[in-house]
Amino acid sequence: MKIITLLKQVPDAEARIRVVDGRVDLEGATLIIDGMDEYGVEEALRLREGGQEAEIVALALGPKRCEEAIRTALALGVDRAVHVETDEPLDPIAQAEVLAKVIAAEQADLVLVGGKQADWDSSALGPAVAEALGWPHSDWTTRLELSGDAVKAVHDSDEGSEVLTLPLPAVITTQQGLNEPRYPTLPNIMKAKRKELRKLSLDDLGGAQAKTVVLKQEMQTRARLNKLLQGDPVEAARELARLLHEEAKVI
Amino acid sequence: MILIVADHKDGALRKSTLELVSAARALAESLGGEVAGLVIGDSRPADTLAKLVPRVYSVAGDELAEFRAESYTTVVCHVAKEKEAKAILISASRAGLSYSPRVALRLGVPLLEDVIQLEVAGEHVIAKRYSYLSRVTETVRAESLPVVASVKPNTFPAVSAGEGGQVETLAVPLGERDSRVRVGEKSKAIIGRVALEEAAVVVAGGRGVGSAEGFAKLLEPLADVLSAGIGTTRAVVDAGWRPHAEQIGQTGKTIAPNLYLGLGVSGAVQHLSGMNRAKVVVAINKDADAAIFKVADYGIVGDLHAVVPPLIEALKAVKE
Repeated sequence: MKIITLLKQVPDAEARIRVVDGRVDLEGATLIIDGMDEYGVEEALRLREGGQEAEIVALALGPKRCEEAIRTALALGVDRAVHVETDEPLDPIAQAEVLAKVIAAEQADLVLVGGKQADWDSSALGPAVAEALGWPHSDWTTRLELSGDAVKAVHDSDEGSEVLTLPLPAVITTQQGLNEPRYPTLPNIMKAKRKELRKLSLDDLGGAQAKTVVLKQEMQTRARLNKLLQGDPVEAARELARLLHEEAKVI
Repeated sequence: MILIVADHKDGALRKSTLELVSAARALAESLGGEVAGLVIGDSRPADTLAKLVPRVYSVAGDELAEFRAESYTTVVCHVAKEKEAKAILISASRAGLSYSPRVALRLGVPLLEDVIQLEVAGEHVIAKRYSYLSRVTETVRAESLPVVASVKPNTFPAVSAGEGGQVETLAVPLGERDSRVRVGEKSKAIIGRVALEEAAVVVAGGRGVGSAEGFAKLLEPLADVLSAGIGTTRAVVDAGWRPHAEQIGQTGKTIAPNLYLGLGVSGAVQHLSGMNRAKVVVAINKDADAAIFKVADYGIVGDLHAVVPPLIEALKAVKE
């Protein structure tokens, strides 16, 4: 089977985000492979280690610096990679249309992608890619099992969780708890340098058009009182109850 | 026409639907047309919704009783196209976030995702939403009409009245693709306590609570006295003390209660992104340097075991 793992490169969660002239400035911020995509890479590797014959291909859409995230995936054990290189800011719907063309050409059976992207706070890419391919999807997946020409997925719903059985080919978006991602080993890091990284441009795929445009970005500010209550635990507790009732008026 | 897709449960409309109505009314004023509701899978909520908006489309049927991203996408696309919706509003619940991108892709239109504000400038719908783990607010413009927008719950006001209208039952043809995903056993998360996303008060416990027993001993009685929902952090879920359904944060639930109390919560960015819209934030932690104190209105540096019992007593007294 052919498994494709979608990758994104995002700022490290601890990185300080700055806004300059109404735009987020990532200069100097550490960029890493999105943690949620790591679950996808790990799951692909586990399916293969569990006995499923598979070719695992990493696919990324974005600027040149995405190569670092791709190299990480190759070092984890992915077989080869495809990078649609572009500096064009594209929303998830526009991205999905581009990625679907690559995935369809690869004739993949399974696509794994992070459940929520840590830069756009978006969970749209997985479902949109599935729709572009005409495939079913399972989002916020916490357990995955291949079952003949179907896949059984346990996923989070609004009420709790449910088991879905999806005929292949399918798109699976990941969730914390799906697996424990491994670290790259030194031999694999060395092997990664010789693995194929194929480049494509948007023109190769018929171009792309952004459907939404970011006009402005601002740091979210929310003034907080930052009142530290003094005294022994009993005094502080009583003062807190009083303030919540009389000052904040929330109880 | 501005189309809202009703969020409903057990025959009743959820609060998020009432919020969609207010968002839709504002758009209808600028884009023109009326607000119409779409109720899928259960005809009962249609009558309630018909008291608030001038037109309601009801699409019921056994195949739609169970939520499936693809079947809901088919129904919404069909009604939106046939009735020429200029905007389609869907609540950003897990289900809504799952199928709204499919609707946008299938119709070939822009998606405005998890929006906190909507307005119109000329022929463009402009939205505000969060990004970078809710640290940034961005203004996004859809480049064409119609648009699909998923609306963040607990953000727009919930309407309580309106000019009523008619319910029209529609039949939407479904294909084999719409039922190919089999929905199996479900497990319901928490019973007996107010749902996290709807609670006015949330008590959250982090690693500092120390153990699963700590939650039972300190958090549950505190939550009882405040009639609060209980939330937690990723560290606690990873340790196995509480279920994932209680997790607040980037990969958990986003809440906006009147009051949030974080007990033994350090304040990791991912957790803060899920609760920093709380009206009032209280932090109690042994560690004076915990990041959560920076985003707290009121803080106590101290041992939970020493602070929480007298806090419960003091709150009981206030409530009398």
